[in-house]
Amino acid sequence: MKRMEIQHLTAIIISSIFVNNFVLARFLGLCPFIGVSKRVDSALGMGMAVIFVMTMASLVTWIIQHYILEVFGIPYLRTITFILTIATLVQFVEMVIQKVSPNLYNALGIYLPLITTNCAVLGAAILNITDELGLIASLVQGFASGVGFTLALILMAGIRQRLEVSHVPKVMDGLPIAFIVAGLMSIAFLGFAGFSF
Amino acid sequence: MVLSELSPILTSPLSVGSLGILFGAGLAYASRKFAVEVDPRVQKLVEALPGANCGGCGYPGCQGFAQALVKGEASPSDCAPGGNALAQRCAEILGIEVEAKEPVVAVVHCGGDCDKVGNRFEYIGLEDCRAATLVQGGPKECSYGCLGLGSCVRACPFDAIFMAANGLPVVIAEKCTGCGNCVEACPKDLISLAPVSKKVHVLCRSRDKGAIVRKLCKVGCIGCQMCNKICPVGKEKEDKAIIVTDNLAEINYEKCISCGLCASKCPTGTIIDEAERGKAFIDSEKCVGCTVCARACPVGAISGERKQAHVVDEAKCIGCEICVAKCPPKISAIKIVKSEPAVGKKDAA
Repeated sequence: MKRMEIQHLTAIIISSIFVNNFVLARFLGLCPFIGVSKRVDSALGMGMAVIFVMTMASLVTWIIQHYILEVFGIPYLRTITFILTIATLVQFVEMVIQKVSPNLYNALGIYLPLITTNCAVLGAAILNITDELGLIASLVQGFASGVGFTLALILMAGIRQRLEVSHVPKVMDGLPIAFIVAGLMSIAFLGFAGFSF
Repeated sequence: MVLSELSPILTSPLSVGSLGILFGAGLAYASRKFAVEVDPRVQKLVEALPGANCGGCGYPGCQGFAQALVKGEASPSDCAPGGNALAQRCAEILGIEVEAKEPVVAVVHCGGDCDKVGNRFEYIGLEDCRAATLVQGGPKECSYGCLGLGSCVRACPFDAIFMAANGLPVVIAEKCTGCGNCVEACPKDLISLAPVSKKVHVLCRSRDKGAIVRKLCKVGCIGCQMCNKICPVGKEKEDKAIIVTDNLAEINYEKCISCGLCASKCPTGTIIDEAERGKAFIDSEKCVGCTVCARACPVGAISGERKQAHVVDEAKCIGCEICVAKCPPKISAIKIVKSEPAVGKKDAA
């Protein structure tokens, strides 16, 4: 690969994980973010599932966009076909997890199929198109976005585990303090804004 | 022919439709390949089980127990809260036979409340017996005794145990299911599970010498062995239902017949008798005068000539019910009449 390409891909990775973090900067995928971040091990499991779905979705949706939608002149069908693809992928991931690790399956519960309708994966797929990236770059962006999501999820889980044994005012206990913490983390991640290669 | 100039009415449904068919086929294949075998009996068992997830069976929750049942690793009678009714229901679902087990309840083997035992030091720390035990064995003067901070109360998933005002836990027998969570929670190993029918218990676990126990606790066991001598079960010291080892009397519930004699003889009031005792009464029309009951009576309350109806001296009778068991089943001339409160030392708390 040319030097420019490697630089371009590195920029995509850094940008997707830190500068434009899907949860903390773009505010996408908040539902599983708040829902699964109570314990670090289930957060990690969820993160892995999201990375896999985002990467595979980036691949399949890029192919669909360039070889079906643009060829047949029907770019307006992007949303529906992308959702169809993501739903299929999530179903597939659910089956695999149920077989391989029933404990993780029970721990994730309803949040696993929630990856389907959550905007993070669709956002990743559509961003690849609007940024007009090639296939490799799309894959890398999808993967890195998943890693960024996982990072935010694990950080949040670590903080929430400690919050459980801290003295939180009764009014704020549970969801309120979780959202406030998410907001504070968001402000912290603002520090990455302006990074460029 | 440029594909993009094809009529969109044709291409839209064709493209989305064929994508849908392709994905559907892929998922159908994957669902076969990644199929998880679920035994339908597991679902029925989970519905039948109490759903308390107490862990008394030793498996992770009722779901875990149901899975172990279908695998044959567990027996339906392992579920203490469910009792015999549940064991029968599970046996029906599984298609196996199961024997009825006697239900057990928790018994706290300590009688040393705040009035009877003092403190060595003032304990300031986490209000938990397990934490307090780490500080030189706890604040009580008797190092074997109950600390009264409520670890057992918190461990009970059925609210069957509560802390009384005097600092000792009280078990509500009707709610107790014998799951064993309190047994594990107590750091002093003071709680055990005893069959419901056994009403006589030794409320002490102290292995200190009698002289030391006497100084520390008014109701502690001093190892005097009077209970062992009076016990009617077995001939030798080692065969009796209550044996003293290491300065502590312990009841073997399999041998014990709950007669209450040891409780009546215990000089320190360590052994309690929770049974409601009545008096024996011999029906003179049924009695044939075989004298078996008179010979069995430990206090000599039955008198009578051979082949003539026997009589019970109510003043002497302690309601141990040994005579009732000895009277031949075909005759059954003796019955217990309950009218007064029980004889025998009761727990003063």
